[in-house]
Amino acid sequence: MVSRPHGGRLIDRTVSPKRRERLLEEARELPRINVNESIAADAANIAHGVYSPLEGFMVQEDYINVLDQMRLSNDLPWTIPIILDVDPEDIIGVNEGDDIALYYRGEPLAIMRVEEIYGWNKKEYAMKVFKTTDPNHPGVAKTFKRRELLIGGSIDLLKDPPEPFENIRLWPKETRVLFEARGWKRIAAFQTRNVPHMGHEYVQKAALTFTDGLFINPLVGWKKPGDYRDEVIVKAYKALIEHYYPKEVVVLSVLRMEMRYAGPREAVHHAIVRKNFGATHFIVGRDHAGVGNYYGPYEAWEIFREFPDLGITPLFVREAFYCKKCGQMVNEKICPHPEEFRIRISGTKLRKMIMSGQKPPEYMMRPEVARVILEHSKPFIGEDEA
Amino acid sequence: MDNHREGEKRKTRYTTVSIPVTLYERIRKLIEGTGFTSVSQFVTYVLREVVAEMEEEKLKSEAVSEEEKKAIIERLKRLGYI
Repeated sequence: MVSRPHGGRLIDRTVSPKRRERLLEEARELPRINVNESIAADAANIAHGVYSPLEGFMVQEDYINVLDQMRLSNDLPWTIPIILDVDPEDIIGVNEGDDIALYYRGEPLAIMRVEEIYGWNKKEYAMKVFKTTDPNHPGVAKTFKRRELLIGGSIDLLKDPPEPFENIRLWPKETRVLFEARGWKRIAAFQTRNVPHMGHEYVQKAALTFTDGLFINPLVGWKKPGDYRDEVIVKAYKALIEHYYPKEVVVLSVLRMEMRYAGPREAVHHAIVRKNFGATHFIVGRDHAGVGNYYGPYEAWEIFREFPDLGITPLFVREAFYCKKCGQMVNEKICPHPEEFRIRISGTKLRKMIMSGQKPPEYMMRPEVARVILEHSKPFIGEDEA
Repeated sequence: MDNHREGEKRKTRYTTVSIPVTLYERIRKLIEGTGFTSVSQFVTYVLREVVAEMEEEKLKSEAVSEEEKKAIIERLKRLGYI
């Protein structure tokens, strides 16, 4: 059977059409806070149960517990604070207990009951979440740009933010029905922010071999410059699935959620989120959610030892490489040959090839996948875009 | 009347289910020195736990109304997932 939602109950903070009309009217009378794409995505994720058991943005007790203990105040595992930041001038006249309206792109997005307004220490946040205060770390840099105060409180989502990938965006309620309809009991979830190369295909198929279905759930939304664009990732996965996967055992659906590049902590966060979608297993890669050399290659595996009560089984699949002697993708556990026969698939090397318009060799990337990436004039996020 | 009820209560009814002998032997060894006095007692305990969990799960899946489930299935069909 599919995983129970984290905390036992799938949260639903969306509103019925009838109530929506009334709340939309109310929203226009309330103090207004404009939110960016990442916060809008977080609000939708809260409302649709992706972040169950959260019913809103974190109040201080949860925030501190998550920073210090990697658990919510009710002791449930939770590793990344889900916070709403504002400037003091945004909330002049707003008091705890008031309702405010969150606006996104000029439209009312949600109504929030302000339970608490509190300050935060961004350096402390960076040190605990990212294990560094180095402003070159993309997550740290983004944190330092955030606003000065935090507001905690439950939300009611008035409508979903616009989603360009609406046709392949499923919410947890939907994936749960889908997995049940397909008769899947053991579901391996795969998190990604990249286009698929042969190493990814290897770990996905390894997991699929002993589960009923594979849930490929790429992140769309904010990413650092140099990462692949969302539409490139989606097209590349569609091509891979079309040509190399039995369709009845795979579900491709996007999740709008920003990458934090928080390595081990984010790996656990990714697992909790996929548990809420109903996944029973979660593939944890080498240097999962890492960036640069900020985290050890297997730190994201080690952190899972601290959470025997996570409720989703992590699958630690070793890094895959091509062995010239074996003549296929393998990993160090199953390949006896020395390093000289092994060709590692480096994301950086792949990027360089693609940037120069070069087609990667077939042992690195499927030709159908390479083709759709190379068709894009700008497959990567530019420096000025993030 | 009360006596009748008491009498009925005492008549706890049992039935027999079959498990492989190898599994029976494993359980017998496993429960040695524990509070379980028989394999049947252990199996009943474990089954109750599993059944309770499944019942809870069933209740949760029923938390989505039939109407809502139908709408979800329609959308999934429209999008080509089913």
